[in-house]
Amino acid sequence: MSLRTVEMALATPGLDAQGRPTRVPLGVRDAPVAFDEDFGAEHMLVNIGPQHPATHGVLRLVIELEGETVKRCIPHIGYLHSGFEKLGEYRHYNQIIPLTDRTDYLSPMANNVCFALAAEKLMAIEVPERCRVLRVIACEMSRIISHLVWLGTTGIDLGAFTPFLWSFQERERIYNLQEKWTGARLTTSLTRVGGMMADVPDDFEAGLRDFTRTFPKTLAEVDTMFTRNAIWIGRTQGVGVLTAEQAINHSLSGPMLRASGVDYDVRKDRPYLDYETYEFDVPVGEHGDIYDRYRVRLEEMWQSNRILEQALDRLATLKGAPINVDDPRVILPPKSRAMSDMEAMIFHFKQVMDGVKPPVGEAYLGVENPKGELGYYLVSDGTAKPVRWRIRPPSFINLSSLPVMCEGALLSDVIAINASVDIVMGEVDR
Amino acid sequence: MTNAPPSVAALRAQFADAVTRHLVSCGDTVVYVERDRAHDVLAWLKDAPGQQFDYLTDVTAVEYRDPERPVEVVWQLRSLGRKADLRLKVELDKGGPLEVRSVYDLWRGADWLEREVYDMFGITFVGHPDLRRILMWETYAEGFPLRKDFPLRGHFSRAEQTRQALAANPEAHYSMEELSIAEAYDELPADMRERLARGERGFLK
Repeated sequence: MSLRTVEMALATPGLDAQGRPTRVPLGVRDAPVAFDEDFGAEHMLVNIGPQHPATHGVLRLVIELEGETVKRCIPHIGYLHSGFEKLGEYRHYNQIIPLTDRTDYLSPMANNVCFALAAEKLMAIEVPERCRVLRVIACEMSRIISHLVWLGTTGIDLGAFTPFLWSFQERERIYNLQEKWTGARLTTSLTRVGGMMADVPDDFEAGLRDFTRTFPKTLAEVDTMFTRNAIWIGRTQGVGVLTAEQAINHSLSGPMLRASGVDYDVRKDRPYLDYETYEFDVPVGEHGDIYDRYRVRLEEMWQSNRILEQALDRLATLKGAPINVDDPRVILPPKSRAMSDMEAMIFHFKQVMDGVKPPVGEAYLGVENPKGELGYYLVSDGTAKPVRWRIRPPSFINLSSLPVMCEGALLSDVIAINASVDIVMGEVDR
Repeated sequence: MTNAPPSVAALRAQFADAVTRHLVSCGDTVVYVERDRAHDVLAWLKDAPGQQFDYLTDVTAVEYRDPERPVEVVWQLRSLGRKADLRLKVELDKGGPLEVRSVYDLWRGADWLEREVYDMFGITFVGHPDLRRILMWETYAEGFPLRKDFPLRGHFSRAEQTRQALAANPEAHYSMEELSIAEAYDELPADMRERLARGERGFLK
């Protein structure tokens, strides 16, 4: 392809009689008599990433273009591979919980809860009710902050900056609550096998109440800004479409699957943490495009808010109830007892040195994480360290459908489609 | 077999010789099948009325600490309509080839999952159209990280790892396929072309 310079009229537009800017003729001044025969026949290779703000992390896309149309999209991942699954094989069960923070780092508390549930399934432990309610609160708080990040960043990718500020402001409020509860904003390590690291502090419930009261206002503003916005609709409707059959065949989960019209939510279909007793609806899309994914995620935030309100009501009735199972082989005794009581000290020592020992067996447990179905598959040989800790990563599997969605789309749509998958590279690469 | 879960009973009726054993662990049903019949069993489970395990939740592998025990390939299946789960396993003897038929033709979702199992365990999925490393880079030469004989810090010393990282040619980050699109393959240095053409990847020298 030979290079050709095109002269364009780039004068400042003048104003016509009505005060509107006059049209400036853009285009080829002296059109060449004949175009090259092979003009546009050559395919172009475009590399996006791994360091690119629109890929939401260290994702690299190699895209084959014909003109502006994507012929093929080849994702490359692994730039953030940390070998968490390998590391887990060298750690006690409770020592793995900090690793789970770092996989999907936009919803660390939900990962902690999933790991604790999987280990408890392996050990056949039933946690007390207050613990279950606290875990529901942790999961739904995570869902809200994760979807807020998605909303803000996708808005920026498509040219809407303001909702990013709103959503990060709201996210900040949850982060503050999270910090009060766990002492950390990102690396929460909230749960333990058989219970929680800590109960909520005194002013937490009032803070979360305040959040659930005012958060819908922000959601309504976002709804006003996006849902009927012509630019937003133009960029998202009918783009990146996956049918229900395709979505199931690609093992998608979470909002990606539901936007394609498949009514599957782990919280409803295989309830854990008493989710069957909470009142909430599962939004399901019908077109499987970016717009429906947006609608599903927005509605999920309303529903999470509803669940949080119900969970807070329950928490109020369970004041002072235990948060840990009453089993010294699993839960550390209080420090005061460990320092004064011989038996408690022995249990403390055994736990710290030997760790929690599940029986021989294996368990898979999936939960509905913000990104989709997060599953932990644990295989135990009776020792304190798992033989295998497999993460079923929802972002990884959702991202694997990207080449299918991008085929035939425009290059600018690739950014929108990639944003709609809602990936977090910490989890894709693990 | 008494008290076998319904899917296991149906499987035994359909594939009497292929099902070697089954067990229930922590409430999950696990069925072990013969390696060569795994694809047939999975295809049947996907579509047979009364089974309809239409959703492939996960594909992974397990290697036990006991070196005598075979490596297992695990398929975690779900029926979205029936709200049922089933785990299917194949045992691969470490003495023989670590090979099993790909289920890419049944579920597209198996694409990356099988690539990851290949990348981490070195298990070959026969019939997978594009079985190459996914999390590690294509020229990674230290072996398969999730195998038990793989040390936590890798086979090479830190100095060797650094040397290799610094010596890497940035062009090597493109695969053959991509270079052919860009028609840049011919412009590569001869030694690199030869190396890429050999498909050199992931084996200990």
